[in-house]
Amino acid sequence: MKDVVLKVDHVGMQFNLSAEKVDDLKEFIIKKLKRQITYKEFWALKDVSFELKKGERLGILGFNGAGKSTLLKVIAGVLKATEGSVTTKGKVVPLLELGAGFDKQYTGKENIFLYGAMLGYTKEFITRKYEEILEFSELGDFINVPVKNYSSGMKARLGFSIATIVEPEILILDEVLSVGDAKFRKKSEKRIKDMFDKGVTVLFVSHSLEQVKRLCDRAIILEHGHIIANGTVEEVSAIYEEKLNK
Amino acid sequence: MKNHITNFLKYDFLLSELVKKDIKLKYRRSILGLFWTLLEPLLTMLVLTVVFSKLRSKGDEYFPLYILTGRLLYTFFANSSKAAMKAIRTNSGMIKKVYIPKYIYPLSNVISNFLIFLLSLPVVVLVAIVLKVPVTWHVIEGIIPLVLLFIMSLGVGMILSAMAVFFRDIEYLWSVVLMLIMYCSAIFYEPESVIKNGYAWVFTINPLYAIITNFRNSIIYGTSMDINALIYSTVFSFGSLIIGVWFFYKKQDKFILNI
Repeated sequence: MKDVVLKVDHVGMQFNLSAEKVDDLKEFIIKKLKRQITYKEFWALKDVSFELKKGERLGILGFNGAGKSTLLKVIAGVLKATEGSVTTKGKVVPLLELGAGFDKQYTGKENIFLYGAMLGYTKEFITRKYEEILEFSELGDFINVPVKNYSSGMKARLGFSIATIVEPEILILDEVLSVGDAKFRKKSEKRIKDMFDKGVTVLFVSHSLEQVKRLCDRAIILEHGHIIANGTVEEVSAIYEEKLNK
Repeated sequence: MKNHITNFLKYDFLLSELVKKDIKLKYRRSILGLFWTLLEPLLTMLVLTVVFSKLRSKGDEYFPLYILTGRLLYTFFANSSKAAMKAIRTNSGMIKKVYIPKYIYPLSNVISNFLIFLLSLPVVVLVAIVLKVPVTWHVIEGIIPLVLLFIMSLGVGMILSAMAVFFRDIEYLWSVVLMLIMYCSAIFYEPESVIKNGYAWVFTINPLYAIITNFRNSIIYGTSMDINALIYSTVFSFGSLIIGVWFFYKKQDKFILNI
């Protein structure tokens, strides 16, 4: 039991899809009085349970709208599950849409501190690691330029460099990182591989069965918010292939 | 409770980074930079004094300071509540990606505006010296209305920020309400004429006026605070903070579905 670093216990996530979008006050009051607001309940996740031990790498397969991203967001703590619970041990680093938390008017350097603070790093830690982040991102003198002038590749490079400077216990990857040019991609893949070797626990979402087979040792398939298969990557990918060919 | 405090301390670096960002970006690309925190209230005070001293019947030698204090306190309340109101929406990019306690956003906005407000207080000292306002021990009491003002701004800001996530209309509505509050706070006129006309209740129910009055009493007139105003503004400030925190916590898990 001591090796379990992530425990997802009967998680359900419900969204209210109101038939009409009401976001002004007058409309809301009128409709509330007339009892016209009807919510359509929608469970993006229902009764999802699994456990991951330290060092296991889980691939999450499923078609569009199966609830993959929702599951990652619940695990990252961004969304709060309607029912059930998620227990994590150690530092969780989500590599989702790198650089989304940057302030456009801030320079790269200032954003390193801001983004680092958001990820829960201490000031001393960032000051100590600053040179390393800068070097890995290959931004050079651009580090003192406001981020609004960056290309999307530069932003992603900086975001990746900041997020991976720590050694997380749990790494959340959404699609494989296609960050920057071929050279940087090689470098970033190497960094992630190094983390794998050090025994990081990985959650990996992808549409590509190839990538999942290559990177993961376990897999689950989500369909309409339910887990329909859970096992080793070979077993599960066989089931997934069958579904694809149907 | 202990959990809340350790969690708060865990994010103190982020809080200071967000406050720093607010202040830095506000004055970036301006030549005078932070000096504007002093210059802007001073210039506004001069304009208002010139405009409104023509309209007043009786003279008051401290009138410029009267305007300056009223306007500074009102501006802080208006700016911080407006910034806090928009806090969740402007930071939606981060909220969707990384878990951070969400109260940090409105809190950082109120703190940064409070620091800017504190930075402009030397102007009050300067004008008081120029007008030869006698210094009394009551000046120290001026801290109390400022603390109350901070608490009230945070409370109101948290209520507004939680509401604005669900109803954008609040943003437009609030700027109208702020204008109403401004005219009901006796910033650039003396309350006597309004009271004479039987509208004293406007000041009685306005907590911001109570705070401004007590600040003026201690800074300009060197008298002790108006007890009724003190009690009312204290109750209102803490009341709004309690309601704000309660409402914010009740609604915060739904924010992400609406931004």
